[in-house]
Amino acid sequence: MRERFIDTTTRLLAEDPRTALVLADISAAAFAPAAVRHPDRVLNVGIREQLLVGVAGGLALTGLRPIVHSYAPFLIERAYEQLKIDLDHQGVGAVLVSVGASYDRAASGRTHLSPADVSLVDALHGWTVHVPGHPDEVPALLRDAVAGEGSAYLRLSTLHNDRPRGGDGALRLVRDAGPGAPLLVAVGPVLDAALAAVADLGVTVAYTHRPRPFDTAGLRALAGTDVILVEPYLAGTSSRVVSAALADRPHRLLALGVGRKDLRRYGSADDHTRWHGLDAAGLRRSVGAFLSPAPAPVG
Amino acid sequence: MTTTIASAGRGTTAPPRHPTPPPLPEPVAPLFERVRAGREFGPNVRSTVDVLWVLYDRILRITPETADDPERDRFLLSKGHAVAGYYAVLAAKGFVPADWLDDQGGPASRLGDHPDRLLVPGVEIGSGSLGHGLGLGVGTVLGLRAQGLLTPRVYVLLGDAELDEGANHEAIAYAGATGLGNLTAVVVDNGSATHGWPGGPAARFTVNGWTAATVDGRDHDALHTALTAQDNHRPHVVVAIVDQGE
Repeated sequence: MRERFIDTTTRLLAEDPRTALVLADISAAAFAPAAVRHPDRVLNVGIREQLLVGVAGGLALTGLRPIVHSYAPFLIERAYEQLKIDLDHQGVGAVLVSVGASYDRAASGRTHLSPADVSLVDALHGWTVHVPGHPDEVPALLRDAVAGEGSAYLRLSTLHNDRPRGGDGALRLVRDAGPGAPLLVAVGPVLDAALAAVADLGVTVAYTHRPRPFDTAGLRALAGTDVILVEPYLAGTSSRVVSAALADRPHRLLALGVGRKDLRRYGSADDHTRWHGLDAAGLRRSVGAFLSPAPAPVG
Repeated sequence: MTTTIASAGRGTTAPPRHPTPPPLPEPVAPLFERVRAGREFGPNVRSTVDVLWVLYDRILRITPETADDPERDRFLLSKGHAVAGYYAVLAAKGFVPADWLDDQGGPASRLGDHPDRLLVPGVEIGSGSLGHGLGLGVGTVLGLRAQGLLTPRVYVLLGDAELDEGANHEAIAYAGATGLGNLTAVVVDNGSATHGWPGGPAARFTVNGWTAATVDGRDHDALHTALTAQDNHRPHVVVAIVDQGE
């Protein structure tokens, strides 16, 4: 996904003089050719994340459309007040693009993990959040975000599904178990594991790469009584949205995702997927318990 | 420069002493009193009025008619609590109607205890939380430059205690290293930083390649000289010393 981001951003800088890129050393080498061509619009402030977002706010105040990039913990957590003040409170927008989603950099340890990023952005107002599930989804999402006016957060990961699923962010039906069946909504790269987990269960599966704004109309159209959320960041991040959307209906909600605890373990991203119960077997255990007694097998 | 003090500033040069505060600039005084409305303000509110007046009266190329002109100078009030004098100066220069000054901070007022750029004409940034203005100012200079707007100058007003915030030092180092010649920082130094700035605030800037002038913050001619002393190749800082506690 990072490569697609770099290629698309390099093209956008050439196509649209309103576009600017702000870096804090991360990925600076990959953008060196773009920096040579557009020295006034490719700006590397060094390892200074408060300035990274402050500069983006200043650029936006002059009418430019900044793309701001770093590792997720540094981009969202370290400079969080700058998101609130230097962008939102000034009434200007930017497109934030992170790498290092949740536990992508598992061997680096807690300092480089940021499962809370989407939840933190969700505590701001009016942001669009994209969590692509495949590298091929990235270019269109990035182009749409840059063409827009408000603020957007693109959360890029090394984890992905086997194939891209495009669309505009509305819930996309991947597997239909019929009216009234439990609905599982998978966000971004957790789709394949979720599909495998419920392969023999009568569960409808829908996909989105856009948890904010969440497609509540699509949710209401697809949901029966039981809803299962599977998100690749903090478990429960979208619970409030789903609960509010279904407030007038009796329903049950199971929200799966990354746990809050610092596991103090290294290993690989796949190891952490398993430890957080987000692999197919772990999801199957959680969904099975939630739906117990299990619906009749399909077919 | 008439009263420029050596850039070493506080520590080697005694700050000015004004046993009785000099009067406010004449056009501002009644408007300041109208904002104050009988309330007791801390002396730090008063200490910023002189430099604000010199900026708006003699330096900044901005009027109510050009408040949205891309070619205008930008003034960013980073120490957003210096707001009574700011509103009074904006009213004196016609950016806001004088009757907006009444009931400042009230439920129907557009003028909060910290300014909001979306509510007050002429206000370039909303501020209040310290340490945000200089980074926004750096971004503004870069954005103007990227669009070929090389005439406008960007002024950011801070306090010496505000320099405690680390975000300032990210901006100071970067602006100096990249030679942002269209940026001027103004530090109103009332000696309020809890742990002080040995050698003076200007040293934090000059070590990063800025030019600097440290002056009596009440002396309008000295302020004017210092505020026009940039070499346009490097960022410039003016340290305006006012009495301690002001």
